[in-house]
Amino acid sequence: MSANSAFNEEKGGSSNVGEPEYGHDPASGGIFSSDYKRHDDLKEMLDSNKDSLKLEAMKRIVAMIARGKNASDLFPAVVKNVACKNIEVKKLVYVYLVRYAEEQQDLALLSISTFQRGLKDPNQLIRASALRVLSSIRVTIIVPIMMLAIKEAASDMSPYVRKTAAHAIPKLYSLDPDQKDCLIEVIEKLLADKTTLVAGSVVMAFEEVCPERIDLIHKNYRKLCNLLIDVEEWGQVVIINMLTRYARTQFLNPNMNESLLEEGGGEKAFYGSDGDDDEEEDKDEKDKKKAEAPSVVKRKPYVMDPDHRLLLRNTKPLLQSRNAAVVMAVAQLYFHLAPKAEVGVIAKALVRLMRSHSEVQYVVLQNVATMSIKRRGMFEPYLKSFYIRSTDPTQIKVLKLEVLTNLANETNISTILREFQTYIKSMDKDFVAATIQAIGRCATNIGEVRDTCLNGLVQLLSNRDELVVAESVVVIKKLLQMQPEQHSDIIKHMAKLTDNIQVPMARASILWLIGEYCEHVPKIAPDVLRKMAKTFTNEEDIVKLQIINLAAKLYLTNSKQTKLLTQYVLNLAKYDQNYDIRDRARFIRQLIVPTDKSGALSKYAKKLFLALKPAPVLESPFKDRDHFQLGSLSHLLNAKAGGYQELPDWPEAAPDPSVRNVEVPEWTKCSSREKRKEKKVEKPFYSDSEGESGPTESADSASDTASDSESGSEESGSGSESEESDQQSESGSEEDEEEEERKKKKEKIKAKKPVPESDSEQSSEEEGKKTESKNKPRRGGSDTESGEDKDSETESSESEEEESEEESEEETKKKKKATVSKPPSKPPKIDNKKEKKEMSLLDLDDFDPAPSLSQVTPLNNFLSSSLVTDLEGLSLTDNVLSPTTITPSGNLKTYELLHRITGEGLSVEYCFSRQPFSPDPHMVAVQIQFTNSAASEAKNLHIEDAKLQSGMRMKEFPEIETLPAGETVSVVMGIDFCDSTQAANFQLCTHTRKFFVSIQPPVGELMMPIFMTENEFKKEQGQLMGMNEITEKVTLGEKCHGEHAVIQRVTTAANLSRVPCGSDKECRFAGKTVTSGSLVLVSVVTKDNGAAQVTVNCEKMVIGTMLVKDILQTLTQ
Amino acid sequence: MIHSLFLVNSSGDIFLEKHWKSVVSRSVCDYFFEAQERASEPENVPPVIPTPHHYLISVLRHRIYFVAVIQSEVPPLFVIEFLHRVVDTFQDYFGVCTEAAIKDNVVVVYELLEEMLDNGFPLATESNILKELIKPPTILRTVVNTITGSTNVGEQLPTGQLSVVPWRRTGVKYTNNEAYFDVVEEIDAIIDKSGSTITAEIQGVIDACVKLTGMPDLTLSFMNPRLLDDVSFHPCVRFKRWEAERILSFIPPDGNFRLLSYHVSSQNLVAIPVYVKHNITFREGSSQGRFELTLGPKQTMGKGVEAVLVNSQLPRGVLNTNLNPSQGTYTFDPVTKLLTWDVGKINPQKLPSLKGSMSLQAGASKPDENPTINIQFKIQQSALSGLKVNRLDMYGEKYKPFKGIKYMTKAGKFQVRT
Repeated sequence: MSANSAFNEEKGGSSNVGEPEYGHDPASGGIFSSDYKRHDDLKEMLDSNKDSLKLEAMKRIVAMIARGKNASDLFPAVVKNVACKNIEVKKLVYVYLVRYAEEQQDLALLSISTFQRGLKDPNQLIRASALRVLSSIRVTIIVPIMMLAIKEAASDMSPYVRKTAAHAIPKLYSLDPDQKDCLIEVIEKLLADKTTLVAGSVVMAFEEVCPERIDLIHKNYRKLCNLLIDVEEWGQVVIINMLTRYARTQFLNPNMNESLLEEGGGEKAFYGSDGDDDEEEDKDEKDKKKAEAPSVVKRKPYVMDPDHRLLLRNTKPLLQSRNAAVVMAVAQLYFHLAPKAEVGVIAKALVRLMRSHSEVQYVVLQNVATMSIKRRGMFEPYLKSFYIRSTDPTQIKVLKLEVLTNLANETNISTILREFQTYIKSMDKDFVAATIQAIGRCATNIGEVRDTCLNGLVQLLSNRDELVVAESVVVIKKLLQMQPEQHSDIIKHMAKLTDNIQVPMARASILWLIGEYCEHVPKIAPDVLRKMAKTFTNEEDIVKLQIINLAAKLYLTNSKQTKLLTQYVLNLAKYDQNYDIRDRARFIRQLIVPTDKSGALSKYAKKLFLALKPAPVLESPFKDRDHFQLGSLSHLLNAKAGGYQELPDWPEAAPDPSVRNVEVPEWTKCSSREKRKEKKVEKPFYSDSEGESGPTESADSASDTASDSESGSEESGSGSESEESDQQSESGSEEDEEEEERKKKKEKIKAKKPVPESDSEQSSEEEGKKTESKNKPRRGGSDTESGEDKDSETESSESEEEESEEESEEETKKKKKATVSKPPSKPPKIDNKKEKKEMSLLDLDDFDPAPSLSQVTPLNNFLSSSLVTDLEGLSLTDNVLSPTTITPSGNLKTYELLHRITGEGLSVEYCFSRQPFSPDPHMVAVQIQFTNSAASEAKNLHIEDAKLQSGMRMKEFPEIETLPAGETVSVVMGIDFCDSTQAANFQLCTHTRKFFVSIQPPVGELMMPIFMTENEFKKEQGQLMGMNEITEKVTLGEKCHGEHAVIQRVTTAANLSRVPCGSDKECRFAGKTVTSGSLVLVSVVTKDNGAAQVTVNCEKMVIGTMLVKDILQTLTQ
Repeated sequence: MIHSLFLVNSSGDIFLEKHWKSVVSRSVCDYFFEAQERASEPENVPPVIPTPHHYLISVLRHRIYFVAVIQSEVPPLFVIEFLHRVVDTFQDYFGVCTEAAIKDNVVVVYELLEEMLDNGFPLATESNILKELIKPPTILRTVVNTITGSTNVGEQLPTGQLSVVPWRRTGVKYTNNEAYFDVVEEIDAIIDKSGSTITAEIQGVIDACVKLTGMPDLTLSFMNPRLLDDVSFHPCVRFKRWEAERILSFIPPDGNFRLLSYHVSSQNLVAIPVYVKHNITFREGSSQGRFELTLGPKQTMGKGVEAVLVNSQLPRGVLNTNLNPSQGTYTFDPVTKLLTWDVGKINPQKLPSLKGSMSLQAGASKPDENPTINIQFKIQQSALSGLKVNRLDMYGEKYKPFKGIKYMTKAGKFQVRT
């Protein structure tokens, strides 16, 4: 056997690549391997009952794979063993499967069920490994299975399984990029994970799938910073690189007012010293500053964002990592993000890395070279660490030379030059050439040593090595060009060299020099030309060209002596083999020898040839490389590598820092809340309006008050407004007291908030989990929002409590009804829900509608039959907090524009009121509702700096001058979305702050209803066939049977009106898009078994497709 | 991240390939071979080579090129560091990392690579975890395996991967509990012609071999921790404690590991333990050159200098040498022009010297470069920087471990210019 295999080894070696189809397997026994029945022995072994035989076979197969041999024909035999009990066999089968599944997709499917079973195993490690292999099988058919598995694993109990899920995300993404949206949801979920095990992997997935979604990081930023030190080293690298990019978009340039540093130095030190401890104070300070002078940003002393500081502080210890990649990552972070004064700390660590393997050295030196141009001072103390040893590889030597050159300045140049002197004697000639160039660069950069360098280089001209001499000539040429007058003796010296030097580039350089400065060497120049003319035919092309050049220049300055020589050279050149030279000769002859035909140009020949040429600038090849993120592959190659994420420039003004604020969880608030409740009993009446600030309020009032108050609301609105303001002033004194006390409270809470960061995070996570578990089938992305929502609800509902006391009997009755109709399930939610209902009740029965609200009263097509059903619906929506669940028709969805926490007390919501916007019929009316839950009043609410897509327009609402604390106000603005669902981005400004917000319309809001008869509808539909028609089949959701339900849902999803129809199996709707007025026709045909067919006809296909999707979604739920 | 890995031996054959994503044809290595041809020396192959569709990042260790294929932006150091980690792991498993060792253990290698990367992203690189997953082959185990048909793959699942101390495996048991620490310092220096020090720095490491039962928590304190101002730690070291108290506190991995490495830079005065007197001259016109070399100890704190080895790359013009060592043996390779003198121990009473003549190519002009002399040596029982361990304490376990600390100084890149 052993002899056999040895024999085969040889054979395998020889027939290596020659005949891959017979893929001679050296491992298999020679006896069995005949050409047409290859691998039969292996198949037999795999089919046997003995594990040891199977294992042996698998080992041979893996050895074949390792050698790059084709073993794919064994696929069926191997896959059978996927469920083998023996762990090693199983593992090797996995290896095989992952390698060949792509080629044998159908057979690979046989193994899937094994992994699916594994996914449900009680042991976390088995679950993880099943997911790992499953996701590594690159078979497109199983994408849905993978997606499901990943989703499930992402909420697994075990962090290790979650980590594996994070790893699986990029795999699935590369297999099917269409899954991006779903995967982003999973990423978002995993980003919120608290364990260090997951953090690195999920950020990796984030970088591969959606690096542009920087907004997903906001909430997790502080957590990532704090976890960083405990994450495994590879994850650290990825996270640090990502955070560098993040910080560049979110913070201000710490070096932006360098010049101001001297003036405001004292002040700065002050901020710096206590910046960490009293963050809050710091922030206040900053806010004030911003408010004072947003326009003179440049003038105000820079204060570092505490989050920016957090990042710098938490990454610094990682400079001590044993992993060079981590150290480099931190170094680049500091280089790109830290204030100048602090960047220095990285130098020491980078120098330490230079002791590592030469590949590490190579990369580090490349980066040091770039850094040393920008921040020379940083590496100056470590100059000696860059001295070159004769044993360094050449590429390292050259890089060290580069760094040394960059570090050279007046003070250290003498030591550096002394070093260079020893380098010139090195045996490594490429290195010597590089040294000579380095000397040249030092000479250009530092005027004092120019002459010394030049002299040194001239000495090198007598070196025996031709390469050295040639390089020196080239460098001297460049140096002389800077000040030729003083150095005619050097030129003379070089002229003599033409006899000896053979390197073409050097000869060419000398000739060029002599030609260029022939006036300085009037005697020698013609002689050189004479010599060159003699050897012309034997010269290299580059030298020939320079000879012609020299001849031409001499002819122009000294035609008496050189006329004949020039003619001779030009004649030789005329018959040269190289066409470039022939062309050049012809051209020059025409130019310098005046004939009748040569026109005006020859007059200027002298100017042309002997123009003053600018001296070449010798600069580092590493200059400006720092526009690439340091440490990246792109930086190393100085070219953009695929998938490179551009390092963004610092923003002009800092984006809203509060986006990173993490929610204070409910339960920590409890204690303070109770206190507040007591307090609030004596609250003056004006705070009523706060009750109306509930998130669902606008919707509620819409459903009820629409019909009766539509006409008269306008007047009554203004009237009641003034009334209210009267009340306010009356209760002014009371309010002041109350205000103060409240402030104190708030301050307390505030002070509590930022300190135990990790604590609050943890709890916030818990909260997140709670909400997660509560309402699973929610749309992605609303996770955090809803969490906040609830929070704000609880707050507003507190104020409800006491109001409810004033409620009438009738109301309380109803309330009871409502509570009964849906009993609370979970204890902690109880009061929440109850309050919720109270609120809705209050709103419904509040027959004196909120003044500001009445301005806009949404249209209501389908009034619900009874108040009770309405209530039921309301309570449902409130609890589930999902906009897509059953909503009575009139209910308008409210969207959050600015959350209370982010807005520092100001919360803003918007809804699409579905009313025509009177100032401009082509705009969509958006109703915006401001609620001020802060302690102080907000002033000058207005819109600024709208960034709209081309074609989009916006009609801003009039500025709201003041919004007292606890008040709510609604306004209407119009946006022309141009029939697209692109978001309108703008800044919402108060007198102190600016918030970046955006409004994105659902497609259904981009249209308005029109009325049509059935015939008209059919006619129009007939015209919108083919591409303009989209038909989808759908199974109606359980609660969605019946005409009424269908109508309700469709009209909720889109702003359409019903078209009468003869058949009760079909519902038809019509509308037109707001901007362009294109028709939108929808018909829903229901069948008995709950199936339905939705048809949308619309000229705008994009809108059509999106609308179909939306309608399908609402119908299935 | 890392798409594929190819191992290339010194004669340019690909002897192992592993793919973590779709298969990349081995023809991609042609670009690497091209670069290899262009480079004069094996170590001059650029570590990063761009090709039209991929990037090749390679490291050279033990005369094997580890060529990683990547497709998009990734920090090059990330890949390089990982490849070195792979080599370290192989070395840890097989004792040596040679082509033969890898070929013999190709299945273990494959299993290791499979565990170390998932979809090209590092998964388990800690040797403790890997050893739990895949047992390193030993002679005994190989014999047992062939007889019983059992495997190298660990039967139990790697629980270490899940714990808070991922670097330590669980359930460690020893009958003799021992912890050894080696403080090894290497001195890098460049000495110029006249014998003065141009640059000298110390690179130190503390390597540990800890075989302790259970979950011991160790603290190590130094007499003079101020020396360590530029340190890098194993992830097990609690950084906060070091910052505050300058004490190393850690739960050690099981087995051999590098606890920390440090750097004492040239700003601090570094004592040079040996001196070299040399006289290497070539005369113009003559075909002979003189060669004289004498070594002597200097500032060794009373310890002997051992294992001294001198080598020097002589100029190309030197044909042969005729030298006479006072002790040890010397060799000169006329092809590579490498002179090696194995000195052994330096006796302060009778300094070792190497004297004689070199014959040069007749008629050629005198070489204008001077050779540099590289010296290796060892000094036992002393750390050149003066670093001293104060005490080692163990918490968390009841037994009394055996503790040992060893110091050693070595020459790193110690060069004398002539």
